[in-house]
Amino acid sequence: MKIHEYQSRQLLAAAGVPVPPAEVVETAAGAVEAHRRIGGRVVVKAQVFAGGRGKAGFVRLCADPRETEAAATFMLSNRMISPQTGPAGVAVRKLLVAAAVDVAAEYYVGMVIDRTRLCPVMMVSREGGVEIEEVAARRPEAIVKEWLHPHLGLQLYQVRRLAAAMGLDAPDRFKDCAATLTGLADVFLRHEASLAEINPLVVTADGRVLALDAKLNLDDNAVFRHPEIQALYDDSEENPAERRARAAGLSYIALDGNIGCVVNGAGLAMATMDLIKLHGGEPANFLDVGGSVTPEGAVEAFRIILADPKVRGVLVNIFGGIAKCDLIAEALISAAREVGFNVPVVVRLEGTNVQRARRLLEEARVPGLLTATDLTDAARKVCAAV
Amino acid sequence: MSILVDADTRVICQGITGKAGAFHAEQCLNYGTKLVGGVTPGKGGTVAGPGLPVFDSCHQAVAATGADATMIFVPAGFAADAAMEAADAGIRLIVLITEGIPTLDMVRLRKVLDDRGVRLIGPNCPGVISPGRCKIGIMPGYIHRPPEPGSKTIGLISRSGTLTYEAVWQCTTRGIAQSTCVGIGGDPVKGLNFIELLEMFQADPETDGIVLIGEIGGSDEEQAAAYIRRHVTKPVVAFIAGRTAPPGRRMGHAGAIISGGEGTAASKIAALEAAGITVVSSPADIGKTVADALA
Repeated sequence: MKIHEYQSRQLLAAAGVPVPPAEVVETAAGAVEAHRRIGGRVVVKAQVFAGGRGKAGFVRLCADPRETEAAATFMLSNRMISPQTGPAGVAVRKLLVAAAVDVAAEYYVGMVIDRTRLCPVMMVSREGGVEIEEVAARRPEAIVKEWLHPHLGLQLYQVRRLAAAMGLDAPDRFKDCAATLTGLADVFLRHEASLAEINPLVVTADGRVLALDAKLNLDDNAVFRHPEIQALYDDSEENPAERRARAAGLSYIALDGNIGCVVNGAGLAMATMDLIKLHGGEPANFLDVGGSVTPEGAVEAFRIILADPKVRGVLVNIFGGIAKCDLIAEALISAAREVGFNVPVVVRLEGTNVQRARRLLEEARVPGLLTATDLTDAARKVCAAV
Repeated sequence: MSILVDADTRVICQGITGKAGAFHAEQCLNYGTKLVGGVTPGKGGTVAGPGLPVFDSCHQAVAATGADATMIFVPAGFAADAAMEAADAGIRLIVLITEGIPTLDMVRLRKVLDDRGVRLIGPNCPGVISPGRCKIGIMPGYIHRPPEPGSKTIGLISRSGTLTYEAVWQCTTRGIAQSTCVGIGGDPVKGLNFIELLEMFQADPETDGIVLIGEIGGSDEEQAAAYIRRHVTKPVVAFIAGRTAPPGRRMGHAGAIISGGEGTAASKIAALEAAGITVVSSPADIGKTVADALA
């Protein structure tokens, strides 16, 4: 789960990470007032999940309140379009107005779970302000890592090593640097993050260590036990079909193609998308109905796919294990009666209760429904139909 | 022979009084697994499903039944605790079916289990089956084929559930048997991984070839490829799901996400092919390719 920069910043500040003064506002007038209270120059930053804000003009340095008013008005009345948002862009509802500082040096500090070493890892680099993936690809030795003990967390010696790697171990810098690193680890572990980043962490011209940006992704599996994180949830940038699928307990991701997919199991769902592509088609979505799917959930899956105007054909690929083929067949028949198949629907069923499922489909004589004998046959039929 | 489990493995089920636990415990028992009891705190002394004794704790269950393996259906928030309890009670193999366990719980659990030398399969997995001998998990038993003298036999390792059934079924319908099939699960932090299982299958005289089913996210397949190049002489056939998956999106499984350029299907396929492994492009061709590799 993603949260906004201003929310991440508040969590980090509460954990002792030094940040410049800032306020969150929802109007241009509010931005002007915030600028007057903060004084000097400010940076106005749109609070959206998508990246590419700077290049899109949604992060601006403002010297006086008049510039702040113009920047805030622009951001709140235009949709932000970046490579990460798609052509429709996203609306901006909140702005962060933060005191601008004179930057002497930029650093990167981040934390993720290391899937190979099976523990959290903290990473720092003197090459801050750019994407860490870029640094990792170009100059991996510029990233220094410390792995946290699964039960003990970040140790003081590790903080000293990381501070030294950044050149922030001198007495006048170390205290703030240590507060930043321990605060970041504290937030990561306490709120159960999957990613925590400060990029850039800066040293100012007057020698202060400050976090100028903050990014936190929380572990979706852990959010259930963190009411403080649930309260931060904002689904306004979520695709409406994805929101609807989530409410029905379905795992659905919208894609750009025109062949809708209804599959049980995440691996088989990905493999089905690949199969469509291999036969010259383009999948319109990823959809895993799950192992414990109910008849109602399965019908909702068909409703969501058939409501997508891009969809010109549907491939249903079920290998019945816990989710039984006959349940899916019944859902197909219900969905056909309820919404009607306005596009061809190719069905491939195998596994538990497949004979009964085939009989049900045969007896129902659903218009628009094509049955397939195997996976390749199914892919060919659906690609030929669109 | 098989790896990990055999006809003598004695299994308990934690969470046996829940809907999923009760259903699958009975399915395993019907398959022939030596399922000897269950554990649900507060329900000790009762009987579950087809006459299985229920215990309040793993310690009581192990003392009474001599179980050495467990199958866990406990809800996500309590699953890591259940696994630690099993390890403390002397269980040697933990099959964790539960989906949605917090990642930091898994990080802490792995450390505890590793320190005790206890093996973990999962979480978020279908489990393990040695066809005809022992099934610990939620996979449909009938799609598998037990080895017979003279039959070609594979071992299978997969991060997926239903895609595994698909691959198994394609092999079974071509007369290819399975020594053991292990669903290692779709989470980023898990128990047994490709390398440990490749080592076991390479050493298992019953296993003629190995099927490896991976997916996007992480770098386990790349590491497996490097291991195979150095240590595995048996034929390996691989399939990687998610060639068409967009970066930055979690494709159902918590671990199936391309992030920061890492974990793409292309990178995994390139690593496997560079190690001389046959990578199948179409999920419809897994069985056929395995048959060719074993011919």
